[in-house]
Amino acid sequence: MSNNQDKTNGLNALSDRLKKRMAEPVEKKPQVEQTVALPSTEPALIDLTLNGKQVKAKAGETILELARRLRIHIPTLCHDPRLPADGACRLCVVEVEGSNRLLTSCETRVAPDMVVKTNSAKVRQARQVMLDLLFSNHPDDCLTCKDSGHCKLQNYCYEYGVVRGSYRDFGRKIEPKDKTNPFYDYDPEKCILCGQCVRVCADLQCTDAITLEGRGEATRVRTPNRVGLEHSRCVSCGNCVAVCPTGALMPKRQPDRWFGTKKTRTTCSYCGVGCQMHLITKDGKLVGVEPVQGAEPNDGMLCVKGRFSWNFVQHPDRLKTPLIRKNGKLEEASWEEALNLVASKLRETKDTYGPDSIAGFSSARATNEDNYLFQKMLRAVIGTNNVDHCARL
Amino acid sequence: MTNSIAEVKHNNCVFVIGSNTTENHPVIGSMIKRAKRSGATLIVADPRKIELAEEADVYMQITPGANIALINAMCQVIIEEDLWDKEVVAARCDEDEFEDLRTHLENYTPEAVEDITGVAPELVRKAARMFAEADGAGIYYAMGITQHTAGTHGVMSLSNLALITGNIGRENAGINPLRGQNNVQGACDMGCLPSDLPGYQKVNKPEVIEKFEKVWERPLSPKVGLTLTEIMADIPKTIKFLYVFGENPAVSDPDSTHVEHALKSVDFLVCQDLFLSETAEFADVVLPACSFAEKDGTFTNTERRVQRVRKSVEPIGSSRADWQIFMELMRRLGYDRHYRHPGEIMDEIRTLVPSYAGISYERIEGDGLQWPCLNDEHPGTKYLHKEKISRGIGLLAPIDSKDPAELVSKDYPYILTTGRNLYHYHTRTMTKLNEGIEKLAGESYVEISPILASRLGILNGDRIRVASRRGEIESNARVTEIIDEDVIFMPFHYSEGANVLTNTAHDPFCKIPELKVCAVRVEKA
Repeated sequence: MSNNQDKTNGLNALSDRLKKRMAEPVEKKPQVEQTVALPSTEPALIDLTLNGKQVKAKAGETILELARRLRIHIPTLCHDPRLPADGACRLCVVEVEGSNRLLTSCETRVAPDMVVKTNSAKVRQARQVMLDLLFSNHPDDCLTCKDSGHCKLQNYCYEYGVVRGSYRDFGRKIEPKDKTNPFYDYDPEKCILCGQCVRVCADLQCTDAITLEGRGEATRVRTPNRVGLEHSRCVSCGNCVAVCPTGALMPKRQPDRWFGTKKTRTTCSYCGVGCQMHLITKDGKLVGVEPVQGAEPNDGMLCVKGRFSWNFVQHPDRLKTPLIRKNGKLEEASWEEALNLVASKLRETKDTYGPDSIAGFSSARATNEDNYLFQKMLRAVIGTNNVDHCARL
Repeated sequence: MTNSIAEVKHNNCVFVIGSNTTENHPVIGSMIKRAKRSGATLIVADPRKIELAEEADVYMQITPGANIALINAMCQVIIEEDLWDKEVVAARCDEDEFEDLRTHLENYTPEAVEDITGVAPELVRKAARMFAEADGAGIYYAMGITQHTAGTHGVMSLSNLALITGNIGRENAGINPLRGQNNVQGACDMGCLPSDLPGYQKVNKPEVIEKFEKVWERPLSPKVGLTLTEIMADIPKTIKFLYVFGENPAVSDPDSTHVEHALKSVDFLVCQDLFLSETAEFADVVLPACSFAEKDGTFTNTERRVQRVRKSVEPIGSSRADWQIFMELMRRLGYDRHYRHPGEIMDEIRTLVPSYAGISYERIEGDGLQWPCLNDEHPGTKYLHKEKISRGIGLLAPIDSKDPAELVSKDYPYILTTGRNLYHYHTRTMTKLNEGIEKLAGESYVEISPILASRLGILNGDRIRVASRRGEIESNARVTEIIDEDVIFMPFHYSEGANVLTNTAHDPFCKIPELKVCAVRVEKA
C-alpha cells in the first residue's frame, strides 16, 4: 500500500505544480525588456565546482543551462529552453552541497563556490525512482510502439535500468485515444503529464487548444469542455507533437519506429517565413518532418502545411518522365527527345519572330540557383527580358 | 521585411493590415500573439474579423480598397495631435516634404474618410495614438495592401506612417511585407523580373548591361521586358513561345477564362513542374522537375535570410533539378557553362549581386545570412536603414486615396475579396494530395455575412452562384460573422474558384492585379 501511495504522491506532486503554474497570470514583461536594443554586456563569470571540476558559470544561468553548455548530460522530460523552467518532471535533480534535498537543475541558478554533482549515486537513485513511477503508469508496449527509438522515456528507462515498472501491478490509467485530428493522435495512456504540449500550445503557439484538467491522479491533458481535438481550437500545427517526450502525441503518418532514420536539415517549401525543418527519411523514403529546435527564424515552430503536408514529394501523381504532345495527346518521351524539341523550337521561334516573341514565367517555389539560371537562359542565351513570376499573385 | 522575424515578439506595438497572418504565415502569426500576450498592443485592419482581430486592442473592419484613406487618416491624427517623432523627421526626412504631407493630410481626417473606410473615427484615432506612442511599432502587411490598383501607393502611405513615427531603421519595428511563397523574395532577388537583372540592377542601364555581359559573355537586351499579365495579353499576337516553370497561371492568375484562352492559343508551351497541373494540361512539352526534398540549393525568406535547401531523397522517376534542366537547354542552344553543384551557381551570383557578395554555402551551413551581406566577413543585416535611409532621405509622399478599378453597381452590388486559408498552398498542387488537408478544406467556399445571406435566402452550406463581369462560378456558402455585410470572401486555391471572377486591372507601377476587389452578384444556385 505504501508503494501505491508513493506513486500517487509522486504524480500528485507533478501535476499540482503544473496546475499552480497554469493558474498564475501570464507575467507582463516590463517595458525595458521589451525594447532591449543595446548589445548586452557579457554576464559576470562565477567559479563553481561541477562534478569535481572547477568551471566558470555565467551569472544568472541555471545549473541545467551551464551543464548543457559544457555538454554534461542531465536528463529532462519537461524542459523547453523557449519556456520558463517548470520543474515538473523532477528528472533534472542534482546534488548541491549544503542543501539537504536534491534541487531541480532547471530552476536553480548558479551561485559562487557552489559544489554541484549531476550524476552521484543519490541523484541517480532519485531519477530512477521517478522513471520507475512514470513507467509503471505507462503501457509497456515499447516493442510495438511506433515512437520506439524516439521516445525520451524509453531512452531514460534504458539509461537508468528501469525494466518493467515496479508499481505496474497496482494498475495504470486506462483511457480511450483521441484520433479525431486528421494529422496526429493523442494517447492519454502514454502521457506522462509533463505539460510541455499545453505550455507550447498556450505560450508559444498561442492557440490554447488544450489544457490540464483534473487533479492528482485524475489529471489529464484535454480540450476545454472535453469537446475533443476535432472540435477544439486546434490548428494542427503539430508543435505539441514536436515536444512530446513519449508516444502520447504522434503524427498519424510517421516512421514505423525510428531506428535507421536519417535527418536532413532544410528550409520549408511553403510560405515565405522559411522555417527550418528536418526531413526524416528511412530507406530512401520521406517519412516525416520535424522542426529544427533552436534555429532562426522559426525557433522550433512549424504550421500544419510544413509539418504534415509533405506527402506530395513521393506521391504517385508526380511526373516521372518528360511528356510531348503528339496528335493532341501528351505522351511519354525521353529527356533527349524533349530537350531537343524545346531547344529547336526556341531557336526556330527566335529566328522567325525575334527574341521578344519568347517569354518565361519563373517560379517563386524553386531555389535561387534555379531562378538565376532561368533568367540567365532567357536573357543571355535567348536575348529577351520577358521573364516574370507570380510575385504579384 | 525591413526587420527580422525574431524581432516580432519584441515589438511594443504590432499593426497588421491586409495580412491574415495566423493562416498565411502561421509561425509569424503565433509570434504576433506572443508579443500581444507579453504586453504589446495589437492593431488589426482587415475586411474580415480574422483570428488576430479577436485579440486586437483595436480592430478596424475596413472596406476593401480603402487602405490609403485609413492609413492617411492615422497619419493625419498623429500629426494633428503632435505625436510625430520630430527628432527622426528632422534627421531622416525632408522638412518641406513633411510640411507638404501635413497640408495634404488636412483632407484626410478620420471623419472625412469614414464613408470610404467604413471605420468609426474614434477607432482610427485610438489606433493612431497607440501606434505613435509605442516605443517600437512594427507594420506587418501582405497582399491585402498590394493587390490593388493603388497597391504601390498603399505601401508608400505605410512608409509615411512608419517614417513620421520613427519606426524605420530601428530594431523591433519597421515595415514588414510578409511574402506568400517560400522563395518569392529570392526569385525577385535573382532577377526574375522584366526590368531587373539579379540584385535589382536595371536592364536599361548601360553600366549594368556591361557588367553582366562581361560575366555572361553574351550581348544583352536593354529593353525592359513584359510582365506576367502583359505576356498573357500579348498571346498569341506577339508572344509565340511560353516557358512556364513551377507556376500554375491557369489557377493563380486573374480572369482565368482569358488565361485559359492564352495558354491554348500560344504557339508553343513548355511546362516544367512536379505535377501535371491545370496549366501543364495545355503544354506541348512537359518536363518533370525535382521537389525541394530532392535537390540542393537556397531559398531567401521574407526577412532576406538566404537559407540552405538540402537533398534528402533521390529524385522520383527521371525527374531532374530545375537548374540541371536549364543548364542542359543552354548547352543545346550553344551556351556551354557547366556547374557541378548549385554552390557553384551561388558563387557566380555572388560576383554579380553586391548584396549577396558575402553569401557562400560554407557560411550558410547553419542559420543562413540576411542580405545585404557585402563581403566574406560581413555578418548580414538584421534590419535595414540603420545608419541612414538607403535612398538618402526618407521619402514622405502625399498619397491620395483612389477608388478600386471596379465599383459596385446595380447589377454587381457586392464586393468580392480573395485570399488564402491555413490549409492550402497557392493552387493546391502540393496540398490537395494530403487527405488530412482535404478533409479539413477540400472544397471551395464563399464566406458571406448572415445579414446578406438572409437577405438572399441563403443558408450555410447552400450552393450559390457568384458572377462578375468576367465569369460565373458555383460554390458553397459559408455563412460567417467574420465578414462585413455586402462583402464576400473566397479563397483562390481552388481551380473552379475566385480567379474566374477577379479583375485584371492592375497597379500602374508594379503591375500587380487588383485581386482584392471586384464587383459581383450573388444568388442561390
